[in-house]
Amino acid sequence: MAEKNMVTDNPIIQIINLKKVFGNGDSAVTVLDNINISINRGEIFGIIGLSGAGKSTLVRCINLLEKPTTGNIIFDGRDITLLSGRELQHVRRSIGMIFQSFNLLMQRTALGNVCFPLELAGVPRKEARIRAKQLLETVGLADKENSYPSQLSGGQKQRVAIARALATNPKVLLCDEATSALDPNTTQSILELLKELNNKLGLTVVIITHEMKVIEQICNRVAIIANSRIEEIGTVDEVFRHPKTQAARKLIFSASGYSEEIKVTGRLLRIVFDGKSADEPIIANMILKSKAPVNIVFANTKNIDGKVFGQMILKLPEDPETVRMMLSYLDSVNLTYEEGKFHV
Amino acid sequence: MFSSEMFLLVAQGFLESLYMTVISTTLAYVFGLPIGIILVITDKEGIKPSPVVNRIIGGIVNILRSVPFIILLVAVMPITRAIVGTTIGSTATIVPLVIASAPFIARLVESSLKEVDKGVIEASLSMGATTFQIVYKVMIPEAKPSLITGAAIATTTILSYSAMSGFVGGGGLGTIAINYGYYRSKTDIMLVMVAILVLIVQIFQEIGDFISRKSDKRIK
Ligand SMILES: Nc1ncnc2c1ncn2[C@@H]1O[C@H](COP(=O)(O)OP(=O)(O)OP(=O)(O)O)[C@@H](O)[C@H]1O
Ligand SMILES: [Mg+2]
Repeated sequence: MAEKNMVTDNPIIQIINLKKVFGNGDSAVTVLDNINISINRGEIFGIIGLSGAGKSTLVRCINLLEKPTTGNIIFDGRDITLLSGRELQHVRRSIGMIFQSFNLLMQRTALGNVCFPLELAGVPRKEARIRAKQLLETVGLADKENSYPSQLSGGQKQRVAIARALATNPKVLLCDEATSALDPNTTQSILELLKELNNKLGLTVVIITHEMKVIEQICNRVAIIANSRIEEIGTVDEVFRHPKTQAARKLIFSASGYSEEIKVTGRLLRIVFDGKSADEPIIANMILKSKAPVNIVFANTKNIDGKVFGQMILKLPEDPETVRMMLSYLDSVNLTYEEGKFHV
Repeated sequence: MFSSEMFLLVAQGFLESLYMTVISTTLAYVFGLPIGIILVITDKEGIKPSPVVNRIIGGIVNILRSVPFIILLVAVMPITRAIVGTTIGSTATIVPLVIASAPFIARLVESSLKEVDKGVIEASLSMGATTFQIVYKVMIPEAKPSLITGAAIATTTILSYSAMSGFVGGGGLGTIAINYGYYRSKTDIMLVMVAILVLIVQIFQEIGDFISRKSDKRIK
């Protein structure tokens, strides 16, 4: 995997002991607490959580649109929480950002929008226009340079926003729910574009979302945020195979289509298959070995970061000895499984 | 009823009214626009929050706005005399017109600029824009259609204020209307003046709306 090779252990962003409190006195609300994340150069890092979990606040702390109450943000080896004014404005040019609502200048054309950050940086007009045209071509909108945002579709607007965010050659692109306002097909094409930019430019991408699907499709690693904290952090397939926390399970299962509507009682087992185990009739063998039938409660397949995974939830028999035999069979074929409640 | 003499008088009144309105509006914007901008950026939700500055300027604006124009007209006469040398005539009227309308314009500008999408300002900040760049590259251009509509409202308001100054010899159509219609009971002349004023207001408003619509790229 070419893109994996670019992922290095050299962090571009380190969030250290971040805490954010809104308001003060009695009305103080701690929105983020004890956040520690290290984002590697060249990776696509996802941050997922439910609405109100503090995702936007977290991403806004990364480029200091929001001032952390305590804690540090190290960007490219520099503690940017110490910077102010001009220095901070300068650093922000290395951190692009796109938004759910695109936030384009409505009174400027697509080209004008892409020129905008270059104007801010004092790039001469002619040069800016040339670069802006190239960028519009990169995002596949060469023919729309003279269109105003009101004449563009949501997907096209987000492409303009991406081109604009890339104009100053940033090292990182922060995406706050960048696909949440788009239909599934358009979401797909925007995610592909982000992946391509990550691949071609070595751009580090930070994706904020509430949709597990988005994470599964393009992220290398993911942090799950709930109750103002990072509940879990790891590679996407690791978290998918072995969600350690309730918050992670919730997210994985709400994305899978498995729901509480499926009423079952008793012990449940979740098995995750990857491509390797596809040839073997694992469930059949397991049943033959233990001589007990199992009830398949739910099953589906997923494409995570380019790899195919299958997941299945089984209802276990009552007899502990039978269960032991089943699990030891699964161990013997090196399959990932976990036992527990999987209710959303 | 309309002799050629009368026609000349009306033509002169018309030009005087136009002169007062245009000059006063321009000068009022010279003061009102920056004040409006300061009110927006120092707001607690603004890009440079400063409650103290905001409250002081907002307070002054409110005080000036709550004084009825006809009272202000008389009250600022010493200032008018100091600046223009007289308190009669159209040039002298410009002084109270500017003082009365600058705060009004500041509020118009403030409300136009506040309509600019917060997200766009945030995006600009994320690109490293300075406060100054946000004002003149984001807020003003993005609010342009609304600012133009505001300017049409300001112009027509100033025109009607200028007519009111006819009571204290302010010149223009208002003076003619009062001299003939009120003091000499020539109702027809007064009605003609009123008709002309209404017409000018209509024209200004239409032009303003037209330019505003034309300049707004949000409309497909
Ligand atoms: N400026 C603010 N003042 C006070 N509270 C705030 C402020 N901004 C955000 N909050 C609160 O912080 C919490 C987290 O907000 P945030 O926007 O970061 O959530 P989110 O995870 O991005 O949610 P969503 O998915 O809905 O965008 C919310 O409870 C919100 O009400
Ligand atoms: Mg959010």
